[in-house]
Amino acid sequence: MSIQDKLLYTKEHEWILIEGNKAKIGITYYAQAHLGDITYIEPPEVGKEVKRSDVLTTIESVKAASEVYAPMSGKVVEVNGNLDSSPELINKAPYDNGWIARIEIKDEAEKNNLMDSNKYKEYLKSIKE
Amino acid sequence: MNYYTPHTKEDIDAMLKTIGVGSVEELFQDIKPSHRPESFKIPKGKSEQEVLSHFKKLSSSNCAAITKFLGAGFYDHYIPSVVDALSGRSEFYTAYTPYQPECSQGTLQAIYEYQSAICALTGMEIANASLYEGGTALYEAAMVAIRATGRRRIVVDGGVNPIYRKILYTYTNNLSIEFVEIPVSHGQSAREEVFKYFDDKTAAVILQNPNFFGAIDDHTDIIDKAHSVGALAVESVYPISLGILKTPGEMGADIVTGEGQSMGIPLSFGGPYLGFMAVKKEFARKIPGRISGATVDKQGRRGFVLTLQAREQHIRRENATSNICSNEALCAMRAIIYLSSLGKEGLRQLAELNYDKAEFAKNTLDKIKGVEVKRSSPTFNEFTVLLPKNADKVVRAMIAHNILAGLPLGKYYKGMEKYLLIAVTEKRTKEEIEGFAKALKKVL
Repeated sequence: MSIQDKLLYTKEHEWILIEGNKAKIGITYYAQAHLGDITYIEPPEVGKEVKRSDVLTTIESVKAASEVYAPMSGKVVEVNGNLDSSPELINKAPYDNGWIARIEIKDEAEKNNLMDSNKYKEYLKSIKE
Repeated sequence: MNYYTPHTKEDIDAMLKTIGVGSVEELFQDIKPSHRPESFKIPKGKSEQEVLSHFKKLSSSNCAAITKFLGAGFYDHYIPSVVDALSGRSEFYTAYTPYQPECSQGTLQAIYEYQSAICALTGMEIANASLYEGGTALYEAAMVAIRATGRRRIVVDGGVNPIYRKILYTYTNNLSIEFVEIPVSHGQSAREEVFKYFDDKTAAVILQNPNFFGAIDDHTDIIDKAHSVGALAVESVYPISLGILKTPGEMGADIVTGEGQSMGIPLSFGGPYLGFMAVKKEFARKIPGRISGATVDKQGRRGFVLTLQAREQHIRRENATSNICSNEALCAMRAIIYLSSLGKEGLRQLAELNYDKAEFAKNTLDKIKGVEVKRSSPTFNEFTVLLPKNADKVVRAMIAHNILAGLPLGKYYKGMEKYLLIAVTEKRTKEEIEGFAKALKKVL
């Protein structure tokens, strides 16, 4: 099973990996490919409370600035410090070293709003048409 | 047919035929006849000679040669010929938005040099490619502070230019921002009062140095206090004064703005002028306006481009740092030419001249019976005097002596109808200053 298969996905192309009462968040391969070379990401404030679908942060690339939305509600407890000097990690390893933030999840039941990797693959097919 | 388009009747007929329309009038069918102008009533054209003569006659009703002691934010400084000569080159003068790096390296480099000069002048780390003028620049600074802190109170010193304060309130009229204005005390910032409004709701304090009354001050203590509650400090400054004054950067200001007209731009009855903004590095992504950046191309050669464009509205739309999508490139060009021709030493000498002449004027006017030069604060090249008569009437009477005496402060400050704000730049000669005193004595 690849790492992607363990993740849950949103329609806005964020992924979330639930690890107990915490969860790691990032953007998908599809998202980084469409953004182009990422030049900057504003680190979300540690301690910030976000509701599902709130704006977590903004990613700037050579051609656009895009919002990253919280797949589930929670409190930001950690941010990926490497992204400040190496935002390209999001392009190179979107599911791995390019993770964006860790949250303490508020309500695990919210994962029912998300897609598993098969559903996300189908979703990608449908929007490509 | 109209006289102002270059198309011949044949051109027009050919175009109509191509698009399958019978006449030009048909193209305006969607506009109700009742909404259309019946005619544009444009008079017959005149020859170049007649037109020039007409405008020369109009402009002769301006008192351009009047001796100017009026400042209040915009100053009569000498503009060296090199400024007109270089900025008048057609590559700079007529180019519109010359920002495609592949064919505008000259302009982009000049703007980069301008930004660098603004940083050196103010003691700050990053400057943008300019804003429209000092007032909207101050508004933009307030918005940067609100964005950066997430707070909504702005404390405004009463010594800040009243025109700028009005611009600030007009632009933010529909936003829920709390403004607290603190009147000056003896011409200086009233610390005790100002500090009462410094808490965790305060986004920034807005200060000006020299202030509108010409008074100079060291705002370091106010800025430190603002920082202690997590608020930012905005300073609006006068570029020429920075030739000798402590810079806002040295005082710890976070955002610096001001009017660049004094750097090689004529008064021109109100514009075009030049707004500048410079900030600490940490606010680089929060400031509005264009930014020219230095980089290297694929061959490692240095080049310049517009950068950090993700702040701007053509990319972020409603999340942009501002809706400004332009700058004052030609004015900024004049400013960098002006500063380059003066140099660091020249700017210092210029500032000293301004200061010395203003002091001479103060001492000369002090000798006039009934005139009280306010000396509660040190000043740069502008100061306040208390007259025994209404200042507005005095100013009007002085025009008959071919002197523009200054700004009657009652225009903006209730209760100050007898106070006159007088500016003395390097252009004012000893004779002009003595002539001013003589005329004032007569008028009083």
